[in-house]
Amino acid sequence: MESFHAIELRHITKRFGKVVANDSIDLTLDRGEILSLLGENGSGKTTLMNMLAGIYFPDEGEILVGGKPVSIRSPKDAFDHGIGMIHQHFKLVNVFTAAENIALGLSGGGKLDRKAIAVKVQEISDRYGFGIDPNKKVYDMSVSEKQTVEIVKVLYRGADILILDEPTAVLTPQETDRLFGILRAMKADGKAIVIITHKLHEVMALSDKVAVLRKGKYIGTVKTSETNPQALTDMMVGRSVTLNIDRPMPVDPTPRLEIQGLTCLDAEGVKKLDNVSFTAMGGEILGIAGIAGSGQRELLESIAGLYPVASGSIHYTPVGADKAVELVGKPPMEIKKAGVAMAFVPEDRLGMGLVGGMGMTGNMMLRSWRKGKGVFVNRKDPNALALEVKERLEVVTPSVDFPVRRLSGGNVQKVLVGREIASSPTVLMSAYAVRGLDINTSYTIYNLMTEQKMKGVAVIYVGEDLDVLLELCDRILVLCGGQVSGIVDARTVTKEEVGLLMTRVGGGKEDVPHA
Amino acid sequence: MHEQKIPLIRLAKRDSMEPWKVWCIRGSSFLAAILLGALIFLLMGNNPIAAYGTILSGSLGKKTAIRQTVKLAIPLLGTALAIAPCFKMRFWNIGAEGQITAGAMAASYFALFWYDKLPAPLLLLVMGVAGAAAGGLWALIPAFFKARWNTNETLFTLMMNYIIIGIVKWLQGGPWEGRPGSQMIPMFDSAAVLPKIFGVHCGWIIVLVMTVLMYIYMRHTKHGYEIAVIGESENTARYAGMNVGRIIMRTMFLSGGICGVVGFIVASGANGTLYDGVAAGVGFTAITVAWLAQLNPFAMIGISGLLAVLEKGADTLQTRMAVPASISDIITGIFLFCMLGCEFFINYRMIFRGKHKEVA
Repeated sequence: MESFHAIELRHITKRFGKVVANDSIDLTLDRGEILSLLGENGSGKTTLMNMLAGIYFPDEGEILVGGKPVSIRSPKDAFDHGIGMIHQHFKLVNVFTAAENIALGLSGGGKLDRKAIAVKVQEISDRYGFGIDPNKKVYDMSVSEKQTVEIVKVLYRGADILILDEPTAVLTPQETDRLFGILRAMKADGKAIVIITHKLHEVMALSDKVAVLRKGKYIGTVKTSETNPQALTDMMVGRSVTLNIDRPMPVDPTPRLEIQGLTCLDAEGVKKLDNVSFTAMGGEILGIAGIAGSGQRELLESIAGLYPVASGSIHYTPVGADKAVELVGKPPMEIKKAGVAMAFVPEDRLGMGLVGGMGMTGNMMLRSWRKGKGVFVNRKDPNALALEVKERLEVVTPSVDFPVRRLSGGNVQKVLVGREIASSPTVLMSAYAVRGLDINTSYTIYNLMTEQKMKGVAVIYVGEDLDVLLELCDRILVLCGGQVSGIVDARTVTKEEVGLLMTRVGGGKEDVPHA
Repeated sequence: MHEQKIPLIRLAKRDSMEPWKVWCIRGSSFLAAILLGALIFLLMGNNPIAAYGTILSGSLGKKTAIRQTVKLAIPLLGTALAIAPCFKMRFWNIGAEGQITAGAMAASYFALFWYDKLPAPLLLLVMGVAGAAAGGLWALIPAFFKARWNTNETLFTLMMNYIIIGIVKWLQGGPWEGRPGSQMIPMFDSAAVLPKIFGVHCGWIIVLVMTVLMYIYMRHTKHGYEIAVIGESENTARYAGMNVGRIIMRTMFLSGGICGVVGFIVASGANGTLYDGVAAGVGFTAITVAWLAQLNPFAMIGISGLLAVLEKGADTLQTRMAVPASISDIITGIFLFCMLGCEFFINYRMIFRGKHKEVA
């Protein structure tokens, strides 16, 4: 053996009630190395890393840092051992500057030496090429800049072991490339880095080693140079999985939803959607790309009647009808009845569309509770529907009355998407339907979307992963700051072109650099 | 292992627990409350066994005692039922006190000024309906502001209590005053008093019927479903096409209405008149009852019964064994503390250093 490992985990076990989240896991990480931690949802990746970050405490096993056994009881202990974690959700104070956020919570007397902090921040920033301005306020920053501040914060505290939990989920392709550049620079500087991600091409592009977990168990570690995406998927899932999205040509696409000059304002009067026009066709998947918060949510909600429309029109042509109806101003219930379904998966998965404390049956009732005469609710039909969805989408739940909050993320999303599809809509809108889902489940959902498209449904798919959008959709509408910056053919466009449209309104062809 | 650095006690959220274990914990917490209470009696220089004996015999020993206890339990149960749908909706109605008073006031109006104009059964019916309407409307005010401008319902409902109690005080010393200078409203005519069944005014039948109805309402009706969804997530409710504001107002009207009926029962059945302390803190104690019963109407029967036994028993204790009046509050406090505290052990488990076994 060479010198000591930066981190060594020996037989780490963590249980939550009866569930074994981590089952006797061994793992090593060396300095000057990037390790990808790969696994399906609920395989225990985040739990394992949270034990390094001091958020959980292992039930059994030991953690060695630099060859010495340690006990990490709090995030502060973790920092003392040089371990820093960058979480998926940023923990920054909006009205503070970058430097103030970085200094926040540090000990060192009552006095805050802003100048010294700014100098040190600048120094770290220059060393790895972060390019952040210590005096910029967080509310003025883009998502990528905020993430950078989080990384600098961790480095400022002297961390030389960094853990990043799905860092690219919120970034554009260009920003992702920049982040990877930074991570490589840190690796060259001798830091040890763990990155949790679902995106296989990122694993292949960035890491030196890949450790795979499956259902709480450690499956193995492979060198990235000696593996390929297919082999990694097989390790993760435990059996062979096909990674192709079948994309048949649309059959006889007919205009279903015609949107003209749609403009929406939020409560403060800020334009969330600015003169948006497009047509969604039955028998086609229209992808919607854009940086998080570019108006995706508002677009879907305004179509569903849940967001006030300032101006513009939404014309909907029901199947078989030749006259379009105006949806603007109609109550959500009526729009739903007309056949427009929405499956919106918010960041917390449960905030909208599902009731966490109820079982699958109770959640199926959200669509049908008003049906039938009299004051009593009909539980029989929703119960049958719940059983059907459970069967068809292979939802793992002890019973259809088991609270969906306690299901794993993938299963929660299957319940949501399954319910919307079961209503046999003519327009199916889904946002972030595969957010945080493992590969296997994601492909189930993609196939469901394609299945709907072939049935003649107009599918609107808001996605985060550009690779998937390019493979799944027929056309892609790119939103940037509430405006349509382009509608492109998904079969011919390149990722870089979409990436540029995401950051620049009206980014014409001449601006697209080499692919 | 590095025992010295592992925390002594760690807490972990439980996944689920078998029902028998849950009841074991509840049972032992009840036992703990009895033991703690015994300790208090010992400190006061009383024989704990005799003291508990007095509590039991004082509340359940004789027919008259049982009647008194039931009388105490009736408004507790009724009000707990009333606030259950609000709490299920996560609308913190702590204005039951005021809604009871409003209901009692409206019922009293008819009892005082209409007793000779209507036959007795009809008069009682009118009083009940008036009580329900007044309680409901009193509750509707904060609900309307919540639905329209998203005001804080906790503060709003609380402050509404003081307004209505103030109004009754004014009636007591002013327009409705009986003998001049008495500061009291005269007793109702016998036509306006609830008849007795098995020695207790028939309010107990009314609240038992309401218990069954409330159970059905919460479990099996569309309204009940709407309330449950809003309690979980207003966004989801909106998404499902529910008119959240209207449901909040409707539910509060219902809640206040039941409180109003309780006010009518107390004024007409128990007191035979109206005074500013008609609610007597029931509106607040009922919150404890509702939570302890986990909003299950049938469990509320047991909890309100238990609290009534403690209250009545401690009352007897005070007169018979000459213990201070505050002993009743202390004993009730100990029981509530233990019963609420045991929920912690049901939801979390403790892991002690060095051992990897769970401790219930």
